[in-house]
Amino acid sequence: MNQALKRSHEPIFWLLFGAGGMLAALIGAMLVLITAFAVPLGLLPADAFSYANMLAFAQNLFGKAFILAVVALFFWHAVHRIFHSLHDVGIHAGTGARVLCYGTALAGTLLTVWALWTIGF
Amino acid sequence: MSAAMAKVSVLRYRPEQDEVPVWQDYQVPYSDDMSVLTALNYIKDELDGTLSLRWSCRQAICGSCGMMIGGKPSLACKTFLRDYPEGIRVEALAHFPIERDLVVVMDGFMDKLQKVKPYIIPKEARSLDEGEYLQTPAEMDLYAQFAGCINCGLCYAACPQVGLNPDFIGPGAIALLHRYNLDSRDGGSAERMALINSEVGVFNCTAVGYCSEVCPKMVDPANAVNVGKMNSARDYFFRFMRPAGEKGECR
Amino acid sequence: MSARKPYVRPMAGWWRRDPFFVEYMVHEGTAFFVWLYALELLAGVLCLAQGKAAWDAYRAFVASVPLLILNAAIFAMMLYHGYTWFKIMPRTLPPMKVGGKRVAGATITALGLGGALVASVLLFGIVWMLTSGGAQ
Repeated sequence: MNQALKRSHEPIFWLLFGAGGMLAALIGAMLVLITAFAVPLGLLPADAFSYANMLAFAQNLFGKAFILAVVALFFWHAVHRIFHSLHDVGIHAGTGARVLCYGTALAGTLLTVWALWTIGF
Repeated sequence: MSAAMAKVSVLRYRPEQDEVPVWQDYQVPYSDDMSVLTALNYIKDELDGTLSLRWSCRQAICGSCGMMIGGKPSLACKTFLRDYPEGIRVEALAHFPIERDLVVVMDGFMDKLQKVKPYIIPKEARSLDEGEYLQTPAEMDLYAQFAGCINCGLCYAACPQVGLNPDFIGPGAIALLHRYNLDSRDGGSAERMALINSEVGVFNCTAVGYCSEVCPKMVDPANAVNVGKMNSARDYFFRFMRPAGEKGECR
Repeated sequence: MSARKPYVRPMAGWWRRDPFFVEYMVHEGTAFFVWLYALELLAGVLCLAQGKAAWDAYRAFVASVPLLILNAAIFAMMLYHGYTWFKIMPRTLPPMKVGGKRVAGATITALGLGGALVASVLLFGIVWMLTSGGAQ
């Protein structure tokens, strides 16, 4: 019987999904508040996200790690759920849907790494 | 007879005459303590002998009378007409093929139950004169909750992933598997791992959580499945560090 | 010959059959907004790498009305994601015991939500110190 069973490779994607989901659950809403509303609402100074400030943040090693963790994990969390939702609503597109979903996460991750590398240290 | 009446709508399917299931309404005499099972048996005995259903104990322990009542997976014996003043709709358990009326085909489910090896595989065989396998109350407490399963199938009717992929081992069988893995007398975890890890295993679950909501025995199969995911992930990444040829592999 | 003819009911539209499933689909739907937010942040990082002009254009874009409306929706969905994430957590975590007694599901959910609150306040505090406190 065991010969007929094929091992699922879901653990890789499930762990990324879980990590991103946990990060989003812990600080997702606050991040949106900070990046989109804190300055217009006067909670942070007007120049909080000036080019100089953000460049310094993105050149810092901790800053880089934080940006990469948030962007990449949010992507991997989202695409895993979206892929399963497609299955839920009856779109069992298989490899095509898989490549399309997870492809955006992979591309997002690589682009973030590239951008952070370009920004320098 | 001036007693109050209640409407019971039943999804009928008689394979010899129906192409698709059809709804049929019955009027039964109402009383406050009348269970849906009693109402269905009233229909069968007094109104329409052709109605088919499974039942046995009438006290939520045999697990035979699972069906969709008002759209929710329920045991007919512990669901009461008084909670449905608008009338009640009864349908065979969702996600199972309908054999006839309220009777579903359980073969696939039975097969899954067998696949999880739901019996103690001793860590080390003992001879009779070595005595019984002992277990402390604390050790029993670890798995007792999962041993409460009565195989009624409600969790399968609650699980959309079972409906979407009938090969998925499903909540009940995985809860049973977990029950034996957690048993201090059992040594079969590695043997059962291949099924957990496989494409019909735990990763079909998307944590809907409804299985645990509908369980009449508060077994929490969702927990068994999701703990299974963690175990499977551990097995996935650390399998190369184990000695070769160990059981539980599925290439 | 067998007279058996089992009937398999279709799954189409299953998520509309039960309020529980409707809620499930809504909280799964939060993923689309998380995806949009990841895309928004990615655009920011890419602009930052392009230089000051690109970054300033990105900030102006984020401050535009359509993006404010979109971000308000993302904010609401993030909150809902967090709430549902910790609500299901008692079912997804292995049972935990403290002092020999099993921790109740409601306690795990409350701890998760409390943790999110603490983490969020902490994050805002750090950002505030970096942008206002530290600059002075």
